[in-house]
Amino acid sequence: MMRDHATIFTGFALAVLLTAIPFACVAGAWLSRDATLWLIGLCAIAQIAVHLHFFLGIGRRHRERAGSLAFTMVVAFIMVGGTIWVMANLNWRMGY
Amino acid sequence: MTMLSDTQTRSKESESDFGFWLYLMSDAILFGLIFATFVVMSPNLAGGPGGRDLFDLANLTLQTGLLLASSLTIALAHHTAANGRSIAATVFWMVLTALLGAGFLVLELRELAQFVSAGAGPQRSGYLSAFFTLVGTHGLHVAAGLIWIGTLIVQFMLRPASPAVLSRLARLTLFWHFLDIVWIGVFSLVYLPELI
Repeated sequence: MMRDHATIFTGFALAVLLTAIPFACVAGAWLSRDATLWLIGLCAIAQIAVHLHFFLGIGRRHRERAGSLAFTMVVAFIMVGGTIWVMANLNWRMGY
Repeated sequence: MTMLSDTQTRSKESESDFGFWLYLMSDAILFGLIFATFVVMSPNLAGGPGGRDLFDLANLTLQTGLLLASSLTIALAHHTAANGRSIAATVFWMVLTALLGAGFLVLELRELAQFVSAGAGPQRSGYLSAFFTLVGTHGLHVAAGLIWIGTLIVQFMLRPASPAVLSRLARLTLFWHFLDIVWIGVFSLVYLPELI
């Protein structure tokens, strides 16, 4: 049971770190705009992975959750990616 | 005092958890599409104010901090209850979670009200319509979560040892963590890029 406690606090510490990095970089404006955008994106993906692993049990137990999550990501990728692709293409054809 | 003793209850338990998980997955697709709408609409300012003119980093940091802290407290509430520790401790963590969530919502509503009174309401531009839809949908979920926490606090005080109540707390915990994940997307995609 102590292991559960350790999991919660490890997850929380990583989440705080991965939130603090992009906020600090935006506040401090240390990096170029592009570098900051990349950093925000990478920290977001890493933090989502941290939440899924430490708080939602993906990759620790609950294989059925991991399977349905993978399916959800495929569906979301097709619909979100497809929407953005089609609309960007339309925008381009309209000559904007 | 502690958990499910017989296998049948346990398997029913894990089935309800998985059913709720599938709801969360469908909700994730809903949010994914609202994010896609936002990305498509975000260049359409129609001469109105953009995020750069509206957003406030201090407010965003505070909101994010409150929601992140509530992620910890709800995990501790569930951990305390699942290990059969004192009801008082469980209720304490749940009340703390509700307060942090309410704080988040108050800051969000205050910010949105400021936008509307500054003439930057959802009808101003495509960008603001998409912004209000995304942030508003997330805020509605948080509000629903707060009602849920409130009812569960009462149930814990009335029927502390019931496995059914514990299983509801398990699902609330999943829901709450899910909302925090959506918020990571909101601050990373909507707010921070405008504040660079």
